Amino acid sequence: MVRVLKLELKGITKRFGSLLANDHIDVVVEPGQIHCLLGENGAGKSTLMNVLYGLYEPTDGEILIDGKPVSFRGPGDAMAAGIGMVHQHFMLVPVFTVAENVALGAEATKAGGFLNLDDTRRKIKEISDRYGFDVDPDALVEDLPVGVQQRVEIIKALVRDAKVLILDEPTAVLTPQDTDELLDIMRQLKSSGTSIVFISHKLREVKAVSDTITVIRRGKVVGTAAPGASTTELASMMVGRSVSLTLDKEPAQPKETTFEVRDLTVIAPSGQHVVDGISFSIARGEILAVAGVQGNGQTELTEAILGLQERVHGSILLDGKELLGRSVKEVLRAGVGFVPEDRKVDGLIGTFSIAENLVLDLYDQSPFAKGIGMSPAKVLENATSRIGEFDIRTPSGSLAAGTLSGGNQQKVVMARELSRPLRLFIASQPTRGVDVGSIEFLHRRIVAERDNGTPVMIVSTELDEVMELADRIAVLYKGKLVGTVPAGTSRDVLGLMMAGLSPEEAAHADRAHHDGSPDDGSSPEPSTSRAEGGDHV
Amino acid sequence: MSEKHKHVADNHSKKPPKSTKANDSNNGTNAADAPAPAEDTASAVSLDTAGGAMGPSAVPVSAMSGTLPGGPDTLLRRIFTGSGMVSLLAVLLALILGGLLIASTDKQVGATATYFFARPTDFLLAVWNAATRSYVALFQGSVFNPRGNTAAAQFAPFMETLTIATPLITAGLGVALAFRAGLFNIGAQGQIIMAGILAAWAGFALHLPLGLHLLLVLVAGIIGGAIWGGLVGYLKARTGAHEVILTIMFNYIALYFLRYLLNTPAFQRPGETNPISPILDPTAVYPQIFGTQYRLHLGFVLAIAATVLVWWLLNRSTIGFEFRAVGANPKAALTAGINVPRATILVMALAGALAGMSGVAQVAGTEKVLTDGVAATYGFDAITVALLGRSTPWGTFAAGLLFGAFRAGAVQMQIQTGTPIDIVLVVQSLIVLFIAAPPLVRAVFGLNPRRKKTATAGKSTTAATTGGAA
Amino acid sequence: MSTTTTAPKPGTPQPGTTRIQGSSAKPVTWKIPILLAALGLVAFVFFGVMGPNQTAKFGISSAGDFFQLPVIEVPAFLAGIVLSVVLLGLAGYAVYLKTRNQSAPRWLPIAFIVVFVVAFLIWLVGGARTPNISLAGLIAGSVTLAVPLVFGSLSGVLCERVGVVNIAIEGQLLGGAFTAAIVASITKNPFIGLLAAALAGAVVSVVLALFSIKYLVNQIIVGVVLNVLVSGLTGFMFSTVMQADPEQFNSPDRLPIVDIPVLSSIPLIGPILFRQSVVGYLMYIAVIVVWIGLFKTKWGLRVRAVGEHPEAADTMGIKVNATRFWNVTLGGAIAGIGGSFFTLVAIDSFTKEISGGRGFIALAALIFGRWNPIGAFFAALLFGFADNLQSIVTIIGTPVPSQFMAMLPYLVTVLAVAGLVGRSRPPAASGIPYVKG
Repeated sequence: MVRVLKLELKGITKRFGSLLANDHIDVVVEPGQIHCLLGENGAGKSTLMNVLYGLYEPTDGEILIDGKPVSFRGPGDAMAAGIGMVHQHFMLVPVFTVAENVALGAEATKAGGFLNLDDTRRKIKEISDRYGFDVDPDALVEDLPVGVQQRVEIIKALVRDAKVLILDEPTAVLTPQDTDELLDIMRQLKSSGTSIVFISHKLREVKAVSDTITVIRRGKVVGTAAPGASTTELASMMVGRSVSLTLDKEPAQPKETTFEVRDLTVIAPSGQHVVDGISFSIARGEILAVAGVQGNGQTELTEAILGLQERVHGSILLDGKELLGRSVKEVLRAGVGFVPEDRKVDGLIGTFSIAENLVLDLYDQSPFAKGIGMSPAKVLENATSRIGEFDIRTPSGSLAAGTLSGGNQQKVVMARELSRPLRLFIASQPTRGVDVGSIEFLHRRIVAERDNGTPVMIVSTELDEVMELADRIAVLYKGKLVGTVPAGTSRDVLGLMMAGLSPEEAAHADRAHHDGSPDDGSSPEPSTSRAEGGDHV
Repeated sequence: MSEKHKHVADNHSKKPPKSTKANDSNNGTNAADAPAPAEDTASAVSLDTAGGAMGPSAVPVSAMSGTLPGGPDTLLRRIFTGSGMVSLLAVLLALILGGLLIASTDKQVGATATYFFARPTDFLLAVWNAATRSYVALFQGSVFNPRGNTAAAQFAPFMETLTIATPLITAGLGVALAFRAGLFNIGAQGQIIMAGILAAWAGFALHLPLGLHLLLVLVAGIIGGAIWGGLVGYLKARTGAHEVILTIMFNYIALYFLRYLLNTPAFQRPGETNPISPILDPTAVYPQIFGTQYRLHLGFVLAIAATVLVWWLLNRSTIGFEFRAVGANPKAALTAGINVPRATILVMALAGALAGMSGVAQVAGTEKVLTDGVAATYGFDAITVALLGRSTPWGTFAAGLLFGAFRAGAVQMQIQTGTPIDIVLVVQSLIVLFIAAPPLVRAVFGLNPRRKKTATAGKSTTAATTGGAA
Repeated sequence: MSTTTTAPKPGTPQPGTTRIQGSSAKPVTWKIPILLAALGLVAFVFFGVMGPNQTAKFGISSAGDFFQLPVIEVPAFLAGIVLSVVLLGLAGYAVYLKTRNQSAPRWLPIAFIVVFVVAFLIWLVGGARTPNISLAGLIAGSVTLAVPLVFGSLSGVLCERVGVVNIAIEGQLLGGAFTAAIVASITKNPFIGLLAAALAGAVVSVVLALFSIKYLVNQIIVGVVLNVLVSGLTGFMFSTVMQADPEQFNSPDRLPIVDIPVLSSIPLIGPILFRQSVVGYLMYIAVIVVWIGLFKTKWGLRVRAVGEHPEAADTMGIKVNATRFWNVTLGGAIAGIGGSFFTLVAIDSFTKEISGGRGFIALAALIFGRWNPIGAFFAALLFGFADNLQSIVTIIGTPVPSQFMAMLPYLVTVLAVAGLVGRSRPPAASGIPYVKG
């Protein structure tokens, strides 16, 4: 407890062109507090923190430290003032060692500007020992698991003597168990005098560690709350209306099984088995949701089905026909609809018009093409009807798709894939980075496709989405199928499965956990509240 | 530079950091469920291209954007838009700087400079005279020569411009086509050479009837270029090697191969010690369009046809759709079932074929023999032509005419005023530099409305026009 | 208790997420073993079985040496057989390792290249009309020809390591050559010419940096166009200024050859290391300094971070674009010095296009040398060797046309970038402009 500081943000406003990302935001972070900024994606939390960290210059407003106004011209200034930040997307150079990454920007040197990494190694060891991080200073960052990379980020801030640590969506890439460890670390940091600004949209975590909660919506502070506030209350503050958004969905009526994956193995260029001997099947009129923490083989699994992966073994049968070894085009022609996980990278061509994007995988089919000649009129005609059908908010189909908001972009992808008769529908992260209004719409379309009698496969890292859409849930861990469980399975069991426990082990551990330490801060709430919750957002 | 296009499972981890920001910033607009405001859009689009997992394309985004539903992106239309204005100003600025360079080495200017402070008007007049004298000569050598005795002689310079523009246009189209598919074809030079080798050989070694012979020469040249370009496409598709490096190296390999051939009995003119081939058969050369008084040959008509063909290919065909998709976002193209390696090979082969037409225009049109100077600098000029033409077919055509005029006029200019031809290189490269940096041009002409605002707006426009980097 | 269904920010998993499964064993490919075996067979057939029957003579001492070593006489046929068997042995070892799923050790391809080059040289000389060359002269000549290549590739290393692709090396060399000539002529002092060359290279770089960093113009476009611009400018000035009065503007004094007594008389390495022009000595210094700078200093750590992950560098308070700007400028200055070699060392006047495409060979050397100053140095030496051999081949009259020797650097580079000669990974952010926010 060398020096603690009080941090105040006063009237922070940040404009990007005509877009108001932050609108007169006031936040006070008391010394030694965990202060949570709660808000939806796109609410302006990250922008605010980038202003605080000196990455953006605020359009208006000021930052005060211990009552004195400061101005940061860059992250260097912010760090010097005792502010450290762990970015949502880690700021680590993959080909550098841990020590090099930690040293970067604040290098200890010998005479003549020569690096002195021994000094850095010593500091890393020190911090690593104090907080029980197990970090090897000489490991290459690209070889480290995500959880460890995150610790390296924290070490980076601590080495620079950060008194206020900003954690931007730190749990997005962690398993529930890793998340709990991180929450512990946060408490430890707090007790040693470091204030923490914790940015999240996950209510469970927020309630577990925060001392104060500031809720941000559409760039404005809409209120503060104590961690004791009810989930429903927080959720409605965050979203801006009372939320009862559980999807009205009839129970599934599975018909015959037409899609089957047998012993599927995908080998990455590195030689790893990123998908490892997976078998499952989906019936017509059923939604199978594939759950798991990001990077456990989901991407490769869907890509393998589509024919995008090169080294694949096993069998993928659709309507009794083998899909494996066929080109992407052939797979699409076989009636597979595919919504990729990252629409900007895989799903859309930002500089192409909406109309062209709506025929991205149909451009060489009738009526859009005859031979190799295309008919622009038909393409535009198609666009007009899809835009209406999917409520895509745009003045014209000839605008570039990149000009649309995330939700509307996703609607374009979904509209395209659902516009032809399907024998299988796969959607990866169907609502990632999509506003609430569009989420509802997209979810309804997915369920409608199921009710049409199409086998549907949803891949999502968001447990809520999984639980909302699924008729059955398959959990992936390190490329292996941990198990397939029914839709009603509890969140805690699913969380444990996502960490690699089999359904039985998970159920067992879950019971033991509840019996053992019911009042532990990080323990999930009793399942009853979830059942009646109905507060999905 | 090499591995970016390779599809690997850990693609994501290699993604340039930029894309996260692009998502982030665009995400901020989700709150309002409507099209993002125009300004924000521009930056989102540009960043998107700059940061995709694919090797960002070299193509001006404006050029890549779908022109399908919006009608053709005509030259006329662009002139009346902002970018057309910038293009004009860029040319003007480059000419001014070129004029200053000419003046700086002019004797009269040097003399008047010695008493500049006494009579500055003398100096300025001398500068003006030096520059305009050269440019007038340039104009007379390229468009219209009022001192010609007959109308035919007066228009001779323009015919010469068209003649020289011919290989520039076709090679430029090759570069532009590859650009649109996100590939940087620096290899037109080598493609012209390989085409020249095959076309010339077919022209002097075979003896066939009229018509058939020329057709064979044309086909041989096109195939030569297509193979040389396609090989680059193949290596890129198969190994992920960067096409910039490949094409540069292929240029030199082609050049030394040509030099080797010109010293072999098969190619060297009998009784000649210099590396020069026999003259092509009369049946193997392009007929002159307007009679023997002008060098203008059938190749120019073929260049127009090629421009129409490339326009149709890019804007009205499934192949062009694939090319543009691969160029704008190869990962999305792959996911949509487009065969990206095939498109890469095909577009490079077509680019090579177009450059090959330039090779044919050289050996069967203007030169009628094969020397190691067959490609002159057309292959490199083609890059600037395509850039000035913003990678659109008709833009490239117009840019080819402009640079053809520079080239043709420069000869006359050197004769009349002693200004070296090299000035054309200077003006040409300055034009391309300025066109690529609109904020600079606007700043020079004082067109930037507000200081602060322009910095950001400028950034996004430039990023958009250059599409990030390769 | 629920959380929202809105997923985390769209965007992408972190670097490393896909490596969650621990072991990051690099794949072992068949590429290298197969390539080596193929080359070994080629060597066996051409250098061995079909090898020439003469005795190749290699002089390794030059007249002024400290002590004279005898001429090495090698029976070409026998040497061809022996060396190609060695090559096949090395290839066989690589194949053996592959069958055990191990990748070949780093020394293996290097040893292979060395033996191959030796075998090639013996075959070449053995088959010549006059099977007799001075090895000392060959090597010394190679080093001399490599000088501008080394400077050029160091410029490329500095630029690409900081994230800017430098296609303008050719322009920097040419600009340096021209400026060195004209300034040295006017001032009658080649050393001032040398400094001016560095400045000229830096100016070319400043334009590259300005357009690619400030105006975000595609770096390859700027590079390509700059080469044309410099070519035009120097050509123009050559025709107007230099040719008007060559006496005053194009007759620089040459930089003296500094002969370090005693050491320079050591056979073979003496002339290479201790009988060089100032530019030659600067080359060695530059290679070492750039290597140490990049990998051992604070500056280098920052430079590499900017080239690999500019955002990370930015969040650590490093000025990304300023770092890029200064590094690119420094690179230009280094290439400019390399350019002065043409007009202050090799010959004593400027002519149009005097750099003759060597900037592109330098680019090739940098890639072949895997973005490492030392690697680039040796790659440049190899290319200088090929360049030198080209003229020797013409003199001694060998079966190989000189044009094919000239082609060699480019062919080797194609093989290198096509991944046949090991995989090279450029700095991750190379070529990507950095836009904040």
